[in-house]
Amino acid sequence: MKIVVVGNGMVGYKFCEKLLAKSSTKKIELVVFGEEIRPAYDRVHLSEFFAGKSAEDLSMAGVNWYTENGIKLHLSDPVQKIDRSNKTVTSFKGITESYDYLILATGSAAFVPSIPGVEKDGVFVYRTIEDLEMIRDYAPKAKKGAVIGGGLLGLEAAKAMIDLGINDTHVIEFASRLMPRQIDDAGSALLKSKLESLGLTILTNTNTTKIEGEKAISKMLFANGSSIDVDMLVISAGIKPRDELAKNCGLETGPRGGITVNEKLQTTDPFIFAIGECALYQGMIYGLVAPGYEMAEVVATYLCSGEKEFTGFDMSTKLKLIGIDVASFGDPFISAADARHIVYEDANKGIYKRINISKDGKELLGGILVGDAEQYNMLLQTCKNKIVLPPNPEDLILGSRGGESAGGAGVLSLPDDAHVCSCESVSKKNICDAVIDGAETVDKIKACTKAGTGCGGCVPMVKDLMVHTMKAQGKYVRNVICEHFDFSRQELYNLTKINQLKTYDDVLTTHGKGDGCEVCKPLVSSILASLWNELILKKGNDTAQDSNDRFLANLQKGGTYSIVPRIPGGEITPDKLIVIGEVAKQYNLYTKITGGQRIDLFGAHVGDLPAIWKLLIDAGFESGHAYGKALRTVKSCVGSTWCRYGLHDSVSYAIRIEERYRGLRAPHKIKSAVSGCIRECAEAQSKDFGIIATEKGWNLYVCGNGGSKPQHALLLATDLDSETCIKYIDRFLMFYIKTAEPLNRTATWLNKMEGGIDYLKNVVINDSLGMAEEWEKEMQSLVDNYKCEWREVVENPDFQKRFGHFINAPEEKDPTVKFETMRDQKRAAEWK
Amino acid sequence: MEVKEKVIWFYACKAEDVPANGGVCVKYGDQQIALFNFTRRGEWYATQNMCPHRQQMAISRGMIGSEGDEPKVACPFHKKTFSLKSGSCTSGEEYSLKTYPVKIENGKVYIKVN
Repeated sequence: MKIVVVGNGMVGYKFCEKLLAKSSTKKIELVVFGEEIRPAYDRVHLSEFFAGKSAEDLSMAGVNWYTENGIKLHLSDPVQKIDRSNKTVTSFKGITESYDYLILATGSAAFVPSIPGVEKDGVFVYRTIEDLEMIRDYAPKAKKGAVIGGGLLGLEAAKAMIDLGINDTHVIEFASRLMPRQIDDAGSALLKSKLESLGLTILTNTNTTKIEGEKAISKMLFANGSSIDVDMLVISAGIKPRDELAKNCGLETGPRGGITVNEKLQTTDPFIFAIGECALYQGMIYGLVAPGYEMAEVVATYLCSGEKEFTGFDMSTKLKLIGIDVASFGDPFISAADARHIVYEDANKGIYKRINISKDGKELLGGILVGDAEQYNMLLQTCKNKIVLPPNPEDLILGSRGGESAGGAGVLSLPDDAHVCSCESVSKKNICDAVIDGAETVDKIKACTKAGTGCGGCVPMVKDLMVHTMKAQGKYVRNVICEHFDFSRQELYNLTKINQLKTYDDVLTTHGKGDGCEVCKPLVSSILASLWNELILKKGNDTAQDSNDRFLANLQKGGTYSIVPRIPGGEITPDKLIVIGEVAKQYNLYTKITGGQRIDLFGAHVGDLPAIWKLLIDAGFESGHAYGKALRTVKSCVGSTWCRYGLHDSVSYAIRIEERYRGLRAPHKIKSAVSGCIRECAEAQSKDFGIIATEKGWNLYVCGNGGSKPQHALLLATDLDSETCIKYIDRFLMFYIKTAEPLNRTATWLNKMEGGIDYLKNVVINDSLGMAEEWEKEMQSLVDNYKCEWREVVENPDFQKRFGHFINAPEEKDPTVKFETMRDQKRAAEWK
Repeated sequence: MEVKEKVIWFYACKAEDVPANGGVCVKYGDQQIALFNFTRRGEWYATQNMCPHRQQMAISRGMIGSEGDEPKVACPFHKKTFSLKSGSCTSGEEYSLKTYPVKIENGKVYIKVN
């Protein structure tokens, strides 16, 4: 049997995948034509292209996948003609292929309204990676942006514009509200005010009549007589099914587009099927990926002699728009005549929830969630499966207030055939069975059921189901480290301390099983370092360190290392600066100032590290621990010794703090800063602990974070003298080191802490746990035990022997290391 | 005509040169081989030193361990893991490492190449 697929989008790809899975015994020849230059990619997450995802990241499967599965893939080659009598198709490049069955998965194109001037430069649609590339390239020229269309894609496009730096962006919607197909007036009004607070201007009831400009767009005119100046426009006013091929070969199409299909997705020619956004079933186009996948499933089943019909599809959706949850399910708009409404609105927090329940109060018919869609999956399942509602259905959106908590019982009340993952059609039973068969992590469940691999929205439910199923089997589910240790980090920390264990192997033998792994080894090494502060390269512990700790340097692209000497408080003498320059010159190292007021030297061969450090240590430097989950820098502003505004000597205090906690190992890296006045030039409020001078002393802030999820530090205590401030930092750091989960920065640690900053204040300031004295003593012993790791290596020839690339050619460097030149320095050669 | 496979056991280094539960890189002509002394299991393994993910010469600097009973190594760059026995990727990628037999005689490590 020979099957030709026209169109290589998400649904076309999914059809191939499903057909292969079902046809293992049958011989099927599969040919795919795609119009775009690359194979099918994830169009649902297209906007992530602007957030840094590459075309490759978005790809559903590489070209290899097609080759390996024997699929003939023609890219950049759209089919131009279907000859139904001879059962052949002919492509743009002139390739003719015969077929037994033809699958049209041609998808849709952006609908562009016929506004005069729409052809001008600077007007784009939002559909393919190429469209996004053009938008990205044009954006730097634009200052004022606009989007026509206030639906899902339009708002995504508006977010993309803001991300591209066009802060003055209008959204123009013809209807009276945003997302008219998903949410009601009240929900839309709330969404509108949230979007406006992000800087977007929203114009509803607005019809564009003309686009003006010489060559490129410069102005838009509206039917109500108003206008706006604009230099870039993205049109996202809906989709238009691609039905031209079908129409030209005489297949029936709908008056407003779409290829007419029956419940088997057959067109008016029984040998031709249409699936996805080009298919018109009972007068409806299904513009979401999940129904498209379901259509692919129906056709693949049919062609493999199975029985399955398409009977319409639930159009419930949940999405995150510019950080705002928006969801609708069931029948969101059902009127008060046919249902009772329960509405909750909190304009303060920006939350709107509406559920529609049947007049007898027994069934959930649909609803809308804006601002907080946490209950979406539960509500959707309750609605789809017609689960009898509890006596107080408002609990569904408000949570149980007082009394027994409903908790996760919700997941369990679902029937076995409830669709948990709609993208991949995975039922509750499929997931529970997988867990019973041994898939006891979310990743394993994803791999064997595919649940959660589409939009990912059901992953929290999958996790709940996993936990419940395992508990139902009598399994105790805990947040354990890995397969080798049945403990949390905190438990293992205490066990290691009580039993005075000093090496990784001792900890594994006493409290673990198996032979360890890349998760528990660095974790235990960090606990050992936090507890005893012994040299991490001590025999037996060296190979349990993460690669950076093992070589006391940062592994960089190409396999060379970078070196960061400690420069406490960012203060350095001219002589020391000269030494760094000379060392960098001698070993040809790339130099760069870091964000923490230090100097990073890149491109050192592993075998050169001890010699480089010998020079640095002789000049009075010590390790900066940039390679470790440890205290990094204490940044400072210049303070009262020079600054005319400075209240205290922030540099001296920063140096004192940095020298106190240098080398302190923790669950994650720790950064700090000291500012000499409230102008905050050292940015102390973005650090794990930050200190700001006041008239009367120091204010101490904790648990701030730069990085990928920035968070401001919170004020822990005010107007402290220098000694008390250090005492509080001792307590704070020991509490963190003892109780944080692995690789959690202090911000994450605090976010998970019950009681939050108030609880933390109570522990640190009021000593509510009665641990303060012990913690201060433990910290003092760590401080007293500090030794520079690199000094120990430089003074010990045995340690130095470990720094070489070849064990049997110690003098030789790795010949595969390659550098390129850039701005008069070297850089690592790009990897593939 | 019968073609005999050319097999060489070459001398890599002294067993004591390889750290316990760790790896070193061995030079064999232009090749780089990662050699592991899995003390905890009393086993030795050798694989190619290049991680196929980003073509980095780094496997010998990776942490070793086990998944179930399967001994494995994690590349220090992006923590792709590979079976030390078969070389296959245990974190779901299709590429794998070439593996080499290892033997110890009189405290010397030999690796079989062909």
